[in-house]
Amino acid sequence: MSLSSRLRKGITRRRVIAGSVVLVLVAGLVGWAVWPSTPGWTATDQRITVRSGPGGDQPVELDTRFYLPRDRSGRVPAVLLAHGFGGTKDSVSDDAQSLAERGYAVLTWTAQGFGRSTGQIHLDSPDYEVKDAQRLLDWLAARPEVRLDAAGDPRVGVVGGSYGGGLALLLAGQDPRVDAIVPSITWNDLTKVFLPQSADPTTATGVFKKGWAGLYFGNGAAVGQSALGGGTGEDAGAGGGAGATDPACGRFAADVCQAYLQLATTGKPDAATLALLRRSSPATVLDKIKAPTLLIQGEVDTLFPLSEADANAKGIAATGTPVRVAWFTGGHDGGAGPQTDQDRVKFLTVQWLDHYVKGEGDAPKNSFTYSRVAGFSALDRGLVTNGYSTDTYPGMTGTGSTQVSLAGSAQPIANPPNGNPGALSSLPGAGGRLSELLGGIAGDIPGQFATFESTPVTSAIEVAGAPTVRLRAASPTGEATVFVKLYDVDESGAETLSAGLVAPVRLTGLPASIDQAHEVTVTLPAIVRRIDSGHTVRVVVATSDQAFLTPAQPTVYTVQVGGAITLPTVVGTPIANPQTIWRYVLAGLLVAIVLGLAVVLLVRRRLRRRRHDEVVAEFAETPLVVRDLRKAYSDGFVAVEEISFTVERGQVVGLLGPNGAGKTTTLRVLMGLTMPTGGDALVFGHRLSPGAPILSRVGALVEGPGFLPHLSGLDNLKAYWRATGRPESDAHFEEALEIAGLGDSVHRKTRKYSHGMRQRLAIAQAMLGLPELLVLDEPTDGLDPPQIAEMRRVLRRYATDGRAVLVSSHLLAEVEQTCTHAVVVNKGRIVASGPVDEIVGESPSVLLDVSDVPAASRVLQGLGVRSVTPDGPSGLIVDVNGTARAEVVASLVRAGVDVDRVVPRRRLEDAFLALVGDNSRGSGDR
Amino acid sequence: MSGSALGYRASATLPVWAEVRRQATRRRTQMALGFMVLLPIIILIAFEFGGGGGDSGDQNGGAFGSLVDLATSGGLNFALFCLAVSAGFLLVVVVALFCGDPVASEASWGSLRYLLAIPVPRVRLLAVKLAVALAYSLLALLILTATALLVGTLRYGWHPLGSTVAAAIPPGPGLLRLLGIVAYLAIIMLVVAGLAFLLSVSTDAALGAVGGAVLLWILSSILDQITALGSIRLGLPTHYSDAWLGLLSTPPQVDDLVKGAIAAICYATLFWSLAFWRFTRKDITS
Repeated sequence: MSLSSRLRKGITRRRVIAGSVVLVLVAGLVGWAVWPSTPGWTATDQRITVRSGPGGDQPVELDTRFYLPRDRSGRVPAVLLAHGFGGTKDSVSDDAQSLAERGYAVLTWTAQGFGRSTGQIHLDSPDYEVKDAQRLLDWLAARPEVRLDAAGDPRVGVVGGSYGGGLALLLAGQDPRVDAIVPSITWNDLTKVFLPQSADPTTATGVFKKGWAGLYFGNGAAVGQSALGGGTGEDAGAGGGAGATDPACGRFAADVCQAYLQLATTGKPDAATLALLRRSSPATVLDKIKAPTLLIQGEVDTLFPLSEADANAKGIAATGTPVRVAWFTGGHDGGAGPQTDQDRVKFLTVQWLDHYVKGEGDAPKNSFTYSRVAGFSALDRGLVTNGYSTDTYPGMTGTGSTQVSLAGSAQPIANPPNGNPGALSSLPGAGGRLSELLGGIAGDIPGQFATFESTPVTSAIEVAGAPTVRLRAASPTGEATVFVKLYDVDESGAETLSAGLVAPVRLTGLPASIDQAHEVTVTLPAIVRRIDSGHTVRVVVATSDQAFLTPAQPTVYTVQVGGAITLPTVVGTPIANPQTIWRYVLAGLLVAIVLGLAVVLLVRRRLRRRRHDEVVAEFAETPLVVRDLRKAYSDGFVAVEEISFTVERGQVVGLLGPNGAGKTTTLRVLMGLTMPTGGDALVFGHRLSPGAPILSRVGALVEGPGFLPHLSGLDNLKAYWRATGRPESDAHFEEALEIAGLGDSVHRKTRKYSHGMRQRLAIAQAMLGLPELLVLDEPTDGLDPPQIAEMRRVLRRYATDGRAVLVSSHLLAEVEQTCTHAVVVNKGRIVASGPVDEIVGESPSVLLDVSDVPAASRVLQGLGVRSVTPDGPSGLIVDVNGTARAEVVASLVRAGVDVDRVVPRRRLEDAFLALVGDNSRGSGDR
Repeated sequence: MSGSALGYRASATLPVWAEVRRQATRRRTQMALGFMVLLPIIILIAFEFGGGGGDSGDQNGGAFGSLVDLATSGGLNFALFCLAVSAGFLLVVVVALFCGDPVASEASWGSLRYLLAIPVPRVRLLAVKLAVALAYSLLALLILTATALLVGTLRYGWHPLGSTVAAAIPPGPGLLRLLGIVAYLAIIMLVVAGLAFLLSVSTDAALGAVGGAVLLWILSSILDQITALGSIRLGLPTHYSDAWLGLLSTPPQVDDLVKGAIAAICYATLFWSLAFWRFTRKDITS
């Protein structure tokens, strides 16, 4: 086939259409995926001037953005959405948009002292930031889009994280108009946050958390890239309207700045500092909060640990206000957490607001939810957590507890001068590098820590809450600052400090000798962790931690941890993971596939049986009947126009035609390889179609041999017969091999065979099982003359016993000598057919070479012949119509015409030459 | 009354065992399976000669990097490592070879038309070829795992299955996890099997079918690296191909595995349906 026709065949209209449809579908899908959708909200920026300060007379210009749902009917409830420390209104735009799409009017603003808002940072002071927010409530109440509870009282919830969460709590404690709050990862008491003290009983102030405090302060002073609240301060500082800023304090209010400088210098707060920190702490207003509160706290948070939310929850619930607590794997160290946790927090927030602000949905349950790290995600290397719930909030002490014995004698530990070198437990402000923090970046400095370790635990402990240990310490100076940590140590000795949390302890009035020391209880930070069986629990008491300010004087303490650690446990119910729906999808898919397959198979079997069981009774004993067969290819090429013939038992029928006459296509149809476009072929009355069982009574060689090249000739025949599934005794290998006549070569690989050997093997394969109809395509191709002669005998012998053979050939002599009957085809049509004797027998026409053609023609017409056709300069083809050839010659000679040659013609030759004559170029590949 | 020859039954043609033998005698089958035995041994020798992992400078390996470090910690980890290095390309090639070759090579030898003239019903021919191809693919996977497990255990001992993803898993459950990973890899490879098989019935060139399947798999992997494609990536057949790492954590994370299995089964069903639909309708021209 030529290249151009291949191309033409390749690009049919059907393929073009199918290709176009696929292209359009793909393009549509991609387009649909990336097309920007119209947001369901609108937003307007506005600078709102509010008056705050102790006297309510200091103007502050706040940079605000007000979101409204695009589709709303009537007045909608509002949400005041506050950002984290160092952020701006832009830090919370994603949350604002999603709330607006859920039907809330959302007001976001940049707190004073940040971004483009004016004013100074007062640390959520009730006189400043909280008053600002009250004025924003006034502003909301005046908006025509916002639903009101009463004149001047908007229906509003307050949502915020960290700095914004503190504001939510303080605002709800100061303004009764707030209807619900969702403070997350925020504080209860800043004095406890920055001066944590984990020992009890003691009157000593805590240890200054210098890492976080410095970060906070630096963040506000140089307001730039924020590490808190996860946002970036856009044009931070540039809009500060406070005029020239103090290089030491930046945009901090003077009193806040002073308090920080004082605390960071000495590590011990003075009264003014304490008062300032207390003033900015929700702890002071918890009893006034009447708005239902959803507290969300992070488990990976060394700034505001879980105990802060616990204190808030207890304080608010004490007055009967609905409170719900949720923990997630994240926080100031851990970031937003894994997607499952983000989804859960978002769901809880929306559920809370919908019920308490919008007034939709059932009251949220009182249940407590938390999550625990399960491992890494294989795909995005993020963390994977499992969610759990319990009916009520268990607090810091869990619903149960497990005592684990610790072994270790009193050990001396050295306090390094100025805390250097210092142990590392967390990286304040590194933000979001959850996986590293959970893996533990812990590094204790030799000589600075004491170890108290348990034996491997026999069963897994599901810790959730704050573990406690008993500690005794002695110090020559009477004071000691130590850090108590809980490590989970696996079998290989790798230790993990859960979430990087440590318990700072500062003790005063200590004896110099450990023997006289009193025990104190140290409450470690609350963690959520499963300590697997086989792991050990290790409690480390260290003298330094880079996140805290430790005494500058080098000292050697002696420490002793009591005999056991109490681990609070919670066994929660796993929260149904929404992802489990996919398991049902998978099961459904499998069922659907199996059902679909079963239906297809049943339908096919029924159709097949109906098709193959039909018999045309008239031809039930005829090996082959071909009726009006037509084959047109999809590119329009017609290989077979119309062919009809019959092969009877005992016949060897030759299908004769030039190359491209349509012989092979006809045989392909007979083998069920090609579907005819018209007509049919019947074998013993059964219509042939691909896979028709009747094909088992047909043996075939079509278009050359096809063997597995790596097998020997014999193995090929055996492999072929195995594929028929018929008993080996029916194959008659001996006869077949004899016909193939390959001798010992039958054991060689067919890849090494000559063309003739393969041809003989293929004929032998076609004869395996002695099929009643043998169809051979050019069987003598590649055989030498003695083999051809032998093959003719074989075929003639084969067609006895009621069997029949159909042979195709383009060689006239071949058909003449082999066949009993012949069918001559050309250009897809039958030219002649009948018994070979009849066709090959003498034809009524004679070819004459004469000296004078016109004279001869006249003479011949006088004799009453049927036709006279000139053939070349001296030739005449004469249909003598019964007149004897001798008489014709005699008449011509008598008339004075010389006769050079008299050649009797034969019918088959007539037919064949007639078609070859006008078709010497062939008609393509049929 | 079907008029067929004595002893002929359509459902008995091309017995599965005959096809198994047809493929087993082929050099490429023997080579592929042999290589599955050889690979763990080569890796083992490489570890023996390579000394104690001098490549510690590369910290970007993530969870995979840890598999390298842990590979010599026990037989289970060694087998896991062998699977991990093979999953990305070697297994794809082997599965594409087993599934892309059987129909196309019969077509190129010319023996396909004789099988169909027996007649082996076309659906049966495809079904048997597919089943045997899948069986050989699975066999290759199992041979690789078994050999790695065997030589790894003989050399490094029978120790818990370790990973930096989660705590070490005791040998018993660890073996189950390993088998789970093998099962998941087998399911993921159905996509390659489907694609290769579809190409196999569409072409006479066996190499074209095998190469085409591998090529498309690589293309999908490349597209999956481009995060800008967003959610389109979720629909790529290779998107969940690494999800088996989830089986290393405790408790195992199977959500991505389930999604990967759904995607693989959908793709494989689609490809196979197309293959059957095409093959039962087309003219055999080889």
